[in-house]
Amino acid sequence: MNAPPLVQAKGLTRVLPGVVPVTLVRDVDLSIAAGEFVAITGPSGSGKSSLLYLLGLLDRPTAGSVWLEGRDTAELDAAELAYLRLARLGFVFQFHFLLPEFTALGNVLIPMRKLAALPERAMRARALELLDRLGLADQAGKRPDQLSGGQRQRVAIARALANGPRLILADEPTGNLDTRNAQGVFDIFASLARESGTAVVTVTHDEHLAAQTHRRVVLVDGRVVDGA
Amino acid sequence: MALPLHVDVALTHLMGRKRQTLVSVTGAALGVGFFIAMAALMQGFQAFFIATVVDVAPHITISDEFREPARQPAVAAFPDGAVAVRGVKPQDERRGIKRGFAIIDALEEMPGVLVAPSLQGQVFLRYGATERNAALVGIDPRRELAITRLEKDMVAGSLLDLETRPDGVVMGVALAKRLGAATGDRLTAISPAGVLRRVTVVGLYRTGVTAFDDGMAFMLLKQAQILQDRANVINRIRLRLDDVDSARSIAARIEARFAYKAESWQEANEGIFNAFVIQNAIMYSTVGAIMVVAAFGIFNIISTVVFEKGRDIAILKSLGFAEADIRRIFLIEGVLVGVVGALLGWAIGYALVAALASVRFDLGGGQGAIQNDRFYLAYSITHYLIGAAFSITAASFAAWLPARRAARLNPVEIIRGAA
Repeated sequence: MNAPPLVQAKGLTRVLPGVVPVTLVRDVDLSIAAGEFVAITGPSGSGKSSLLYLLGLLDRPTAGSVWLEGRDTAELDAAELAYLRLARLGFVFQFHFLLPEFTALGNVLIPMRKLAALPERAMRARALELLDRLGLADQAGKRPDQLSGGQRQRVAIARALANGPRLILADEPTGNLDTRNAQGVFDIFASLARESGTAVVTVTHDEHLAAQTHRRVVLVDGRVVDGA
Repeated sequence: MALPLHVDVALTHLMGRKRQTLVSVTGAALGVGFFIAMAALMQGFQAFFIATVVDVAPHITISDEFREPARQPAVAAFPDGAVAVRGVKPQDERRGIKRGFAIIDALEEMPGVLVAPSLQGQVFLRYGATERNAALVGIDPRRELAITRLEKDMVAGSLLDLETRPDGVVMGVALAKRLGAATGDRLTAISPAGVLRRVTVVGLYRTGVTAFDDGMAFMLLKQAQILQDRANVINRIRLRLDDVDSARSIAARIEARFAYKAESWQEANEGIFNAFVIQNAIMYSTVGAIMVVAAFGIFNIISTVVFEKGRDIAILKSLGFAEADIRRIFLIEGVLVGVVGALLGWAIGYALVAALASVRFDLGGGQGAIQNDRFYLAYSITHYLIGAAFSITAASFAAWLPARRAARLNPVEIIRGAA
């Protein structure tokens, strides 16, 4: 029997409660293997980001569940989910979402310091190595407002990689970047998936970029219509 | 980079709002500073007052009174009966402590206790046309020296001069001034028993306690007994203890044994000590009020940070910070304000106390219960610790609500809102 998939969504449904309840994600079954590079596409409001937050354990489903590395996360409490996000997952958002008062290096260090698995010296070395890998070696001491949009997004990717995640979740990571920087981000994702076996799930509505991934999952009205 | 992560983030938030942080810190610091100054002032005065009272007055006074009225023989004979006795006339007995010297001998057996007998009674002192009422205390000078510190307050003469001048009297400077008398002047003393004697002022003292300086005079016990026409009678036994704080319990034991009322210095000054309690309550409520105001300032800055840093909170949560981590960050912010406020408050308090210590004033002499020309200040590390505890507690309470709100923020809503 094969090893379980890295992430598996089973009958995932998310309803926003309210006077008129809104169904964001409807009965989604999806499984993603290690090292896979997957694009989630679909029209605006089709629930792409909502699905990503559910897969990233940032939001809890109304029904169904997310299995991470063969484990049902529905049974875990908030603190355990937070720990999984810290140790196993990495987020990259459309806006860079760096902490403005911390330097590029400081931002990359935060998840490592929280996990505290390495001695301080090793954390620094690893953070600098990550920044170097993303072509930011000389920007380590700068604060986010001193960096360009592309640089910030690469710092955010370095931060997402800080604790060696099994899965990177990116929410329109190229939405604010020009073509060249956008291509750069996708190249990084592709090499991550290829070289370190990290799975990458990215929401995008750039057809050209989506075409470079291994698989496209198309959502319409919260339902997977293609690619599951 | 040596700071723990939570402290690092908390500090970053506060440093991002320097002015508001400074205002909150100053609020807490003023509260702590004023507390230290007020505590030094009030407790200093109280300690000075107690020291003066303890020095001047005996620690325990046994008097010829009973706390309970004498039981009627009929009541004693029928303890279970419904006996009502009306129209009781007091027996006209010779007042005084019966077998007083036997009691003194017994008390002197107790360790750490010095005993002196005395006969106290009201007399009129007349000098020329001036007449003053005074409590005249007949004493044994040598024993008296052992039980009070009156001798060190003498401004003229000595209590021991009474031994060589049988008609001598020692009085407070205020009383002498009112009579217009000085050392060597001859006065007339008239007792309620109708005895009239000539006395000579041989000594003057100034204790600073008005009741002593303005209303008391001392003479030989034998002479006082003659003046009051109460030969061999004493009506006060006064004690001085090595351990001042045990006065209450020793007084209770003496009273249980000899039945006469034994009043400790604490009991004698109870009214004033009750006033001290109220004074302290006022001090603590004032400081509490300052701290409440400071707490609102701290609540305000941390609420603002939570409101402004919603995005940061969402980032930290997406990175894997749990609710408890977020709550801790904002609680640390409150505690930091409290701690820095306390440290700054210590400096303010120290400076205020130093300033108060250098103040001198002139009360014009003779007014007030106790005369002094400066603030008496208590220097105590406890004041600093209590002040800091006040500040840190208030800050923690103030930070609690915004910290809880921050911890409960839903990161998805914030990320959606930003996208």
